[in-house]
Amino acid sequence: MSLQVKITKKLANFSLDVDFTVESREILAVLGASGSGKSMLLKCIAGVETPDTGCIVLDDRVLFDSSRKINLLPQERRVGLLFQNYALFPNMTVYQNIYHSVRKGRYSGPEQERLINGIMDTLQLTKIRNNSVMRISGGEMQRTALARILVNDAELMMLDEPLSALDEHLKFSLEMELKEIIGNFGKSVLFVTHDRDQAHRLGDRIALVNDGLIEKIAPVREIFMHPDTVEGARITGVKNIAAATVKNGIVEVPRWGLSFDLCRIAGSDGWSEKDIHYIGIRMNDVKLAKGKEDLSKGNIFTFKIADVLSNVFSYTVKLYNPDVSDPLPFYWQISKDLWEPEHRNIVELYLRDSIVMPLK
Amino acid sequence: MDLYPLYNSLRIALISTVLIFFMGIGTAYYVARMPKVIKGVLDVLLTVPLVLPPTVVGYLLLRFLGPHRLVGAFFFENFDIRLTMTWWSTIFATVVVSFPLMYRTTRGAFESFDRNVENAARTLGLSGGFIFWRIRIPCCKAGIIAGLVLAFARALGEYGATSMISGYTPGITATISTTVYNLWRTNNDDLAYKWVLLNLLISALVLVFLNLFEERRRKS
Repeated sequence: MSLQVKITKKLANFSLDVDFTVESREILAVLGASGSGKSMLLKCIAGVETPDTGCIVLDDRVLFDSSRKINLLPQERRVGLLFQNYALFPNMTVYQNIYHSVRKGRYSGPEQERLINGIMDTLQLTKIRNNSVMRISGGEMQRTALARILVNDAELMMLDEPLSALDEHLKFSLEMELKEIIGNFGKSVLFVTHDRDQAHRLGDRIALVNDGLIEKIAPVREIFMHPDTVEGARITGVKNIAAATVKNGIVEVPRWGLSFDLCRIAGSDGWSEKDIHYIGIRMNDVKLAKGKEDLSKGNIFTFKIADVLSNVFSYTVKLYNPDVSDPLPFYWQISKDLWEPEHRNIVELYLRDSIVMPLK
Repeated sequence: MDLYPLYNSLRIALISTVLIFFMGIGTAYYVARMPKVIKGVLDVLLTVPLVLPPTVVGYLLLRFLGPHRLVGAFFFENFDIRLTMTWWSTIFATVVVSFPLMYRTTRGAFESFDRNVENAARTLGLSGGFIFWRIRIPCCKAGIIAGLVLAFARALGEYGATSMISGYTPGITATISTTVYNLWRTNNDDLAYKWVLLNLLISALVLVFLNLFEERRRKS
């Protein structure tokens, strides 16, 4: 049960050009900013949009192949797509939405009833089975849309920005629900999102997409530890990104006034001097210096505090290096139980070598 | 009071409404999916009868359907059928003038129909026919019914093109509107008032129905 995709499609501002595989039972998250071509990718796989060139193969079935002029109808692809707005049939009840999503001629009458009732039970839809889908909550809409895909015997489930249509306070519990449902699906799952936390929580692997191209595809941990490109760093939430120059094994970041030893920050990752143009540091990876840090694994730097933003459980501190004539802000996030600003204007921070990410 | 004109007007309006229903949703469906430029041109062509003087429509219809004209001659010579001056000739006129009302309201409804719903249905394996008749049409029901009611009302009141293509023959081609004109021409005020009142009543009923329907639609 694997999906192989290698397609190109010209869009208004850029071209979608991707080549990737989703393994059997794997959950692949496609992470990218809005308008990076993610939704178009799903529509091409589902068959409601046609790529310009390439091929799409699900298990051993060719869904699309431009060179062999194969282009299966969406009806024949057996690919479930959960739309951002769920796209339920608005003129029907919950039950009718699910009933009409069962493939015709696949089951006998009683079998079909058992299947529908079983899935409605699991997804807790039985109580609202006769409600119009226009009169149910966002969570119930999501479960109804998922139930349609589950009774449809889809070989692949795709989700387009799941939960993005919901209020913040609902997202938390519905994401738990979604995680369980797609975890039990037992076949490949492909979902697109612009929410890095969601991609991190739900995905096995992540494909970083920017302007229609996949910048990197790797297991979740690897993506967040080594995004490799500036865009990748931005999408995965790195707030500190600055231009760097590398000479004789020393990485200089002039606008932060910082320098690092190349072999200490990237020695094992095979970066060569000419590949590194930027440096990224996550603001929560930076620690407060307490005087007993291991200086063989990092360095202590002094910053001036420009501003402190108070979040619910943490501070985001805007810093700069006073010795630099044209400083770039450096952001640091610290939990409120570990630090209080108390009218300080200087702070000493410990930057471990391992948190410094070289970027192309 | 001979009620033939009422009966004739109602059957003409009903038949043309049925025809317009299929023509309107068919045309609206295809035009809504066309590329922008073609859509613009077709839209003008299909809507123009709404703003043309009915006499111009009548004139054009006679140019095509008259017994010595292109289409009319063909039917007359091959099937011995006259397309003008019969009770059903009026249907040509009412269809042409009221079609734009149905077409425009339906197209508006189709354009606001969520493409994702259709796409979701396709990925779930549902056929084009099912999607059209069981999902799209019910979802656009409100717009379609509003279009039908307007088309029906317009067909019922059509006078200009009707009088040209069917004329006024009592008991045969007479409709409410041509009857009223004829009663006025012959100074038969008593009867004219009755028809005018009846006409007002029907029009008012149609509008009340339309308003009630709009209100229900807004609430849902």
